[in-house]
Amino acid sequence: MNELRIENRSRREFLIAGAGLTLALCMPSAGAAAAGAGKLPGTFEPNAFVHIGTDNLVTVIVKHLEMGQGTYTGLPTLVAEELDAAWAQIRVEGAPADARRYNNLLMGTMQGTGGSTALANSFEQLRRAGATARAMLVAAAAQRWSVAVDGISVGQGVVRHAASGRKAGFGDLALAAAALPVPEQVSLKSPKDFVYIGKRVPRKDSKAKINGTAQFTQDVNLPGMLTALVAHPPRFGATLKSFDAARCKSVKGVVDAFAIPSGVAVLARDFWSAKKGRDALVIEWDESRAFRLGTREIVRQYQALLDQPGAVARNDGDAQGGLRTATKQVTADFSFPYLAHAAMEPLNCVIRLGADSCEIWNGEQFQTVDQGNIAAVLGLKPEQVKLNMLFAGGSFGRRACTHSDYLVEAAHIAKASAGRTPVKLVWTREDDMRAGYYRPLYLHRLTAGLDAQDKVTAWTHRIVGQSIIAGSPFEAFMVKDGVDHSSVEGAASLPYAIPGISVDLHSPKLDVPVLWWRSVGSTHTAFATEVFLDELAHAAGKDPLQMRRGLLAGHPRHLGVLELAAAKAGWDKPLAAGAAGEKRGRGIAVHESFHSFVAQVAEVTVRADGSFHVDRVVCAVDCGIAVNPDVIRAQMEGGIGFGLTAALYGEITFNEGRVEQSNYTDYPLLHIREMPRIEVHIVDSQAQPTGVGEPGVPVIAPAVANALFAATGRRLHKLPLRLT
Amino acid sequence: MLTLNVNGTRHQVDVDPDTPLLWVLRDTLRLTGTKYACGVAACGACTVHVNGAPMRSCTTPVSAVAGQRITTIEGLQSKVAKVVQAAWEKLDVVQCGYCQSGQIMSAVALLTSNARPSDKDIDDALDGNLCRCATYQRIRAAIHEAARNLG
Repeated sequence: MNELRIENRSRREFLIAGAGLTLALCMPSAGAAAAGAGKLPGTFEPNAFVHIGTDNLVTVIVKHLEMGQGTYTGLPTLVAEELDAAWAQIRVEGAPADARRYNNLLMGTMQGTGGSTALANSFEQLRRAGATARAMLVAAAAQRWSVAVDGISVGQGVVRHAASGRKAGFGDLALAAAALPVPEQVSLKSPKDFVYIGKRVPRKDSKAKINGTAQFTQDVNLPGMLTALVAHPPRFGATLKSFDAARCKSVKGVVDAFAIPSGVAVLARDFWSAKKGRDALVIEWDESRAFRLGTREIVRQYQALLDQPGAVARNDGDAQGGLRTATKQVTADFSFPYLAHAAMEPLNCVIRLGADSCEIWNGEQFQTVDQGNIAAVLGLKPEQVKLNMLFAGGSFGRRACTHSDYLVEAAHIAKASAGRTPVKLVWTREDDMRAGYYRPLYLHRLTAGLDAQDKVTAWTHRIVGQSIIAGSPFEAFMVKDGVDHSSVEGAASLPYAIPGISVDLHSPKLDVPVLWWRSVGSTHTAFATEVFLDELAHAAGKDPLQMRRGLLAGHPRHLGVLELAAAKAGWDKPLAAGAAGEKRGRGIAVHESFHSFVAQVAEVTVRADGSFHVDRVVCAVDCGIAVNPDVIRAQMEGGIGFGLTAALYGEITFNEGRVEQSNYTDYPLLHIREMPRIEVHIVDSQAQPTGVGEPGVPVIAPAVANALFAATGRRLHKLPLRLT
Repeated sequence: MLTLNVNGTRHQVDVDPDTPLLWVLRDTLRLTGTKYACGVAACGACTVHVNGAPMRSCTTPVSAVAGQRITTIEGLQSKVAKVVQAAWEKLDVVQCGYCQSGQIMSAVALLTSNARPSDKDIDDALDGNLCRCATYQRIRAAIHEAARNLG
């Protein structure tokens, strides 16, 4: 998750499958190395990345969750490229949970989707898988035709020998290829020979998502399956004291109701009966140890911490000394609310128990973590828990919960009902929104000093907010010296050339469950740093673009996107005026997250009543080699819309421990009328490709806030942005 | 027993009359293309056509639409629908895809009544269809594309 690290210790083996050629390409890292050492004699390994059937279909098994980000398109592109397959013959299958074969190379031994890592992880791994399969198909053809491999070419799924005019499809050669030895070395294409990489390739999941056939967890139906709803306590930390299910059980369709550790579960023949049954429960909760703070009290506690030094995340030069000798000081406090992920598909899980086994149908980001947590509830070994990977109707980090909250709940229901029937656990929208695992509430304080020449000499940045990582399996390597990397990313890595920089952190503990939320630390650090830099530009009497240029000399990729966005937006030309009574403004921001670089210029119109509209966003992105430019554009467009929802609306609040929001009515999402015109420009790059699922998100809020300042002279330090 | 006319087929369903149409479609008739997301008609993921007009099935009691012509994403047959779906595919509108059945149902209803919608017409007609992935720019473009292809 932290660094781009492609492991090369690949073990390649082809396996003979009944229906064709299966390529298992394992890249064991630390913990999995022993299991992956050499082919186990006489074993069949069904899990692999590439399978070529005699039916001429190439199945690419994707170990990452498709939650909208396009990984079921981007990853197969890599295989198709080196295999020289026709795009139409490629189909995609989600991998089961299997840490040995499908671990994320950038997450150690676990299988997981997150941190915008899928493409970076797979760029070499899957191209090698494709190239190896291609080499074996060519060798099989050479053998069959008694010709040299040199004279054989492959294109669009057809293997050809030009001199003799012979040709064959992959399906014709699959069985013969499967019997051949695996080549020790394969060479990968030079970028100039790419057929698919760098060009638009249509999404593999479009059709099913357009005609209603795409399978989400919510759509699974198994014979005899019951639907479960759970009554959760009204406050975090409350527990069940007693309940009366008599009225509930008299509801038509309700089959059972019983206590589980997280509340009271109701099993019914369908959703509506389960909901009516749940509504009829009479429950008494024990709230003696429940969380009872309100947002105002939390903010007051955090404000006190803003005055005290925290754990040091970065300390360059002498920031305090620089502040003392500064001729001008600028300081600002920022605040960021709790945020819910609010994916369109509320959390859910389908579970079926067998004798010594469990089967799960779900879209998950932390496949092997979930597998382990479910196994622990059921007293099974992790490998006895089989995951059927489905699409997720959004996730944005929510289905990457190290406690596997909703999955563990499903396992408890299955266990309590003795596994008599398969169960579909469904959370209502209200359950989903009130269950916690929010992006934490944060306060920031920034102070900077400028010298007599208006040069920034000192920058101090203090952050207060709950740690996402504390208490999770990531703590060992993501929390160092009391600093949770995910709380300070984007702040501790401030790219600007300032002689004195200090960044410190308080991570108070609160009983509100918190979690990563699309672009994680950058959701708040990008706003604080980029709005504050704008204030410094104003204090120094400089244009915001000039100011950034002057401080980014050592950061060519930041500068590259900044210049591209500014040029395409026409930063040097005046913005067209608005209608009578309207004010217009333009703002810029740049930020690196997950090793990708994004700059955005936002144009806003502020109406006389203080309401405003974001009219246009020009976005430049440098994510290394652009594997699929259209998916990159889509992720920037969507990331901007997602970030804009947080900028305009996103806010979960507490009153005496109760979550005050419940649905899209009081936790609104961006509507189509609020979507700006977006232009995306991709920097031409030969750097290793990096992710695009998250990096488009953090830049829009500061760009809009800076534009609002340009329009009105008012500086906003609080999200969501309110001028009235 | 209620009689429902869904996608041209008559079904006898034994459900409480207050059951929302959404859950009859999904749990009784197993038509799962119509999605549950909010349950309070605030997001449009459950949009179906009743006598050709878009309707939120999550808050429509099934008894209110008995005998009427109900169309779900699975039953889209019209030329407008085919052209809309083709435009959606051509522009790769979808991301997570969960809201897209509802978006398409609203888009088809719009283009059936307004062959040349402006951006404002689109914003008005699809105002109630939320997309957490924010595919809105492509939704607009796909509706314009479909309008062009419908001539």
